[in-house]
Amino acid sequence: MTTQQTPAIHVHGLEKSYKELRVLRGVDFTVARGSIFALLGTNGAGKTTVVKILSTLLKANAGTARVNGFDVATQAADVRESISLTGQFAAVDEILSGRENLVLVARLRHLKDPGAIADELLARFSLTDAGGRKVATYSGGMRRRLDIAMSLIGNPPIIFLDEPTTGLDPQARIEVWQAVKELAAQGTTVLLTTQYLDEAEQLADRIAILHEGRIIVNGTLAELKQLLPPAKVEYVEKQPTLEDVFLTLVGTKA
Amino acid sequence: MSKHFFGDTAVLLGRSLRHITRSPDTIVTTVIMPIAMLLLFVYVFGGAIRTGSDSYVNYMLPGILLITVASGIAYTAYRLFMDIKGGIFERFQSMPTARSSVLWAHVLTSLVANLVSLVVVMLVALLMGFRSGAGVLAWLSVAGILILFTLALTWIAVIPGLSATTLEGASAFSYPLIFLPFLSSAFVPTDTMPGPLRVFAENQPVTSIVNAIRDLFAQQPVGNDIWIALAWCAGILIVAYGFAMNTYRRKIS
Repeated sequence: MTTQQTPAIHVHGLEKSYKELRVLRGVDFTVARGSIFALLGTNGAGKTTVVKILSTLLKANAGTARVNGFDVATQAADVRESISLTGQFAAVDEILSGRENLVLVARLRHLKDPGAIADELLARFSLTDAGGRKVATYSGGMRRRLDIAMSLIGNPPIIFLDEPTTGLDPQARIEVWQAVKELAAQGTTVLLTTQYLDEAEQLADRIAILHEGRIIVNGTLAELKQLLPPAKVEYVEKQPTLEDVFLTLVGTKA
Repeated sequence: MSKHFFGDTAVLLGRSLRHITRSPDTIVTTVIMPIAMLLLFVYVFGGAIRTGSDSYVNYMLPGILLITVASGIAYTAYRLFMDIKGGIFERFQSMPTARSSVLWAHVLTSLVANLVSLVVVMLVALLMGFRSGAGVLAWLSVAGILILFTLALTWIAVIPGLSATTLEGASAFSYPLIFLPFLSSAFVPTDTMPGPLRVFAENQPVTSIVNAIRDLFAQQPVGNDIWIALAWCAGILIVAYGFAMNTYRRKIS
C-alpha cells in the first residue's frame, strides 16, 4: 500500500459544504512522494478546508481522499500516523517552554527518549538558547519555527503547512522557507497552502490554483507560465525591491 | 478506545496541571469568592439568621463548598476554549493520539484543581470555627459526593468550552450555577420561603447535596438525602457527559 508507487496524496471529487455554502465543488489533485505541492488561492477559496479534510479534522460530503495510501474517512488513525499538521496559527502551548512543547508532542507520538528528540530539534531550528523560556516570550518567527519543529517529531512522511508564513516579517519568512526546503530535501512530502504567489514560486515543485471550490490549474511553474502569451524581451533597469533593501539593512545572511 | 488512552491522558493531564502550577491565580480566584461569602455570611448576616443549629459556619459550609466547585469549573471551559482558539486542540486531534484524551485531561485537571480549592476553603472554615466530629467513613462520603458533583459540573463546563465563540461566552454559563445554592437550604432553612420558591428550593439538587453533607459532618443520620444527592450527581453527570460528547463529535466531524 505504502510503496513508492502510490502517491503521497490522492484527492478525487472532494466536496464540502457548510450548510448552504458550497466550499469545495469537486477537488482533484495528486501529490507525488517527496515533492512540495502548493495550493494557491485567495482567502476563503477553501484551502484550509482541504487541509482539514486531509488531516482528518473534517469529513468530506463527497469524494475520496487518500493520504500515504490510507483513506481519510475509513482509516483515519493510519492517516494520523502518517502526517503532521501545522495549522494557520502557530499551535504551540504558550505557558510551556519551547522544550516542553517538543517533549509533549514526542510523548503523545509515543516515541522513546522525548528529551533527546527535543534537544536535537531545538538545535536544528536555532532555538537551543530559548528552549527553556516560556513560549509566550517568543517572537512570531521563533513561534513558527517551534511550530514546524513540533510537526517534524516522529518523522511523518507527509506534512501539511497551512499558510506557514502569513503574518511573519520577511526575515522570519525566509527562515520558514529554508526549513521547508530542508524538509523536502530529506524526502518529506510537503503540501502547503499560501496566498503569496512568490512563496509558491520559491518553494513548490507543483502549484495548483484553487478557485471557487475547484482546482482550475495544476502544473509546474514552467507549465503555468506557458499558459500566458510568450514573454516579450524588454530592457528594464533592475531596481532593488524594498525587501532587498530591508534585508540588506538588517543584515540577514539568508 | 485507543490502546494509548491512559498514557495520553496522563501526558495531557501533566500539561494542564503545569498550567495551574505556573499560574496559581486560577486557584486564588476560584477560592476568593467562596471565602468572601464565608466571611460575609458568618460575620455579617450569620448573627441574624436562625437555622436551629449552634454554629452557622457548620450550617453553611456545605453550600460554600458547592459554590467553590461551581466557580472553579469555569476554568475548564476557559482552558478548553483557549486550546481550541490557539489551534493546539487541532494539533492534538490530527496526531496519532487517543482523541478523547484531550477532553479527559481537562476534566481530570478540573478535579485536581477543585479538590485543592476545596481544601483551601475548608482550612479557612476551620480557622473560623468550623468543627466536625465526623469519622473517616463520613469524611470519605463527603469527599465522594464532592468528587461526583465536580465531575458532573465539569462535564457541563466542557459543552460551552467546545462550542463558545467568545471567551465571555465560554465562562458565563457558570453564573447561574454559582447562584443556585442561594435558592436552596444552603444558607437558610427552606421553610421560611414563599410557596413556589420553597417547592423549587426543596426539590433542586443543591438542597439534597447540602443536607447530605451537613448531616455527614454533624454525625446525624443522613436518611434519603444522600441517595437523592447521589442520584442527582450521577444523573447530571450522565446527561452532561452525553451532551458534551455529542458536541465534541460534531466539532471533529
